[in-house]
Amino acid sequence: MKAVEVKELVKDYGNFRALKGISFEVNDGEIFGLIGPNGAGKTTALRTIATLLQITSGSITVFGYELPKEAGDVRKIISYLPEEAGAYKNLTGRGYLNFIAKFFGEGERFQSMVQRGLEIANLGDRIEDKVDTYSKGMTRRLLVGRALMANPKLAILDEPTSGLDVVNAQEVRRIINSAAEGGTAVLLSSHNMLEVELLCHRIALINDGVIVATGTTAELKNKYSAGNIEEAFVKAIE
Amino acid sequence: MIANIIKKEFKELFVLSTIIPIVVIAIVYGAVGNMIGNVQETMKEKPIIGIVDMDDGTFSDTAMSVLTERAEVIYDGGDVEEGLEEVRQENGVALLAIPENFSQSIYANQPGEIEIYWIMRGAGMMDSISSGTVEGLIQGVNQEVSKELIQQDTSSDPALILAPTSRVETTFFKGKEIEGVSPGVLGNMLMSQSIVIPIVIMMLIIMAGSSVISSMGMEKENKTLETLLTMPVRRSHIVIGKMVGSALVGMIMAAIYMIGFSRYMSSFQGSDINLADFGLAMGMQDYLLVGVSLFTALLAGLSLCIVLGTFAKNYRSAQALIFPITAVALISAFIVMFKDFDTIPAVLRILVFAIPFTHPMMAMRTLMLDNYALVIGGIAYTGVFTVVMVWVAVRIFNSDRLLTGSVRKRAGLGKLALGFRRR
Repeated sequence: MKAVEVKELVKDYGNFRALKGISFEVNDGEIFGLIGPNGAGKTTALRTIATLLQITSGSITVFGYELPKEAGDVRKIISYLPEEAGAYKNLTGRGYLNFIAKFFGEGERFQSMVQRGLEIANLGDRIEDKVDTYSKGMTRRLLVGRALMANPKLAILDEPTSGLDVVNAQEVRRIINSAAEGGTAVLLSSHNMLEVELLCHRIALINDGVIVATGTTAELKNKYSAGNIEEAFVKAIE
Repeated sequence: MIANIIKKEFKELFVLSTIIPIVVIAIVYGAVGNMIGNVQETMKEKPIIGIVDMDDGTFSDTAMSVLTERAEVIYDGGDVEEGLEEVRQENGVALLAIPENFSQSIYANQPGEIEIYWIMRGAGMMDSISSGTVEGLIQGVNQEVSKELIQQDTSSDPALILAPTSRVETTFFKGKEIEGVSPGVLGNMLMSQSIVIPIVIMMLIIMAGSSVISSMGMEKENKTLETLLTMPVRRSHIVIGKMVGSALVGMIMAAIYMIGFSRYMSSFQGSDINLADFGLAMGMQDYLLVGVSLFTALLAGLSLCIVLGTFAKNYRSAQALIFPITAVALISAFIVMFKDFDTIPAVLRILVFAIPFTHPMMAMRTLMLDNYALVIGGIAYTGVFTVVMVWVAVRIFNSDRLLTGSVRKRAGLGKLALGFRRR
């Protein structure tokens, strides 16, 4: 079963068309990247799949569940990490993971989920401090821990390393890889072309609400006779 | 340099969303003020009274000349029941009966008794103004009788000259006949219902309401809302969870406020007043109804706040959105304090009924007078109001609006104003 199937997805904001009939699929256990510049429609696509935005036309299914009809079922198996996400500042890191874990289970399942979150976040003793005192990198690691602790079938990550330094970005990429190896399908967005080469099994190049090409990084570089994905992207939109 | 900062701050703060609520509230306050009426004008008006004079002595003539000169007498006959009926029909304040031995008593060094039958229509602070003008009339009668006594040089008791009349009072208040109490005294006894309860409920609504609106603003500012909306939990549970959490915070804050305020108010009240002595007691079921009324009004207020909260872009804009709730709660409290539901104009009565917060403010006073229909009707209305508001909130939570804000359509450009920037 496909993790995600998007067909002819159109999304309008008033009379502005943000997505102009995009289609793509994400396989189970795959890391799939939506790659494009700012304003290309990446976040809109991810938010729509994450059940946050309404569909103007077209269809989306997540592990066979159809949106928006089965949005409740979809929310049980996905995890969404927004680009500029924050955590509740008056909670400690552990308190925040506890709060989120309670939505997904009780008892042993709850405990193991929090434990996994703590391991992914890897904040040491600082996990007992209030989120308000965390650096941006620490907050992001906590949020990645939150997003992956429930072992979601699909993790939707919007610019997961945005604003992080090299060390923190590398750590987050390692966590994402590890989650995919554990069976989680990952749909992520990025405008960092180098990062996607390191991370994604397959990518879709999106520009101005249209997917211009889909494939593995090797396939796309070969198709556009490009040395890297950045060059392939520029050639694809010409 | 400073001018540049002032200009930027002014442009940031002086926007339509902050101006409109203030303009609307100013208009509403003005309209309410006009509808309630001017205190000074009411004081200047002659009180409408009825007189039953059964004495044809000197002092009753003096009393009659004062009363007919300073009041609008709509009944001057010999039957108390008939006079009362007339006063009721003509919106009069009181019927004054002078018994046949009035002058004789005064000549016998005993105060002349005046029977006053008050028609009290409301328990608001302004409802007792007209009875105050009648009190002035009685003072006028006393003065003229005192003058007469001094002029006649009857060697009267000085105490009698200073207080030549005594009174026997009966107040008719919404179907109840309360003996020995004037509307002023009754109004004071009901002060806790007239002032303390509206203020406490107003504080409860403002505090709980500001909690829920701020919570929405903070969710957006701290970027936690998107995550919350993707959790496997029903939107209605998010809405209700926020409402109940805020209600608890509001109740704790209002309770703290209430402790201080009730101590303050108790300094104005006598401690030996027992409303039950005047047939104004409340039973268990009445207290239960007050509780239900308060609870439904609180939920109604919070559901309205959560709808308003969806418009908050951040904590700062949430603060501006609290203003309309504060203003409406203030208006409700003032109307209930100053006027009784039955004594306000019909248009204002509709407005008062439509504001959910006014119902618990009025409930205790209304139940004391056995007006169950108004309280139960109010509970039903606030219940329906809450359901509708929760439904609206859930609809907004299910829509794009919560995340993308309003979409401005510009001819020719077709650009998305807010959502575009956020993508």
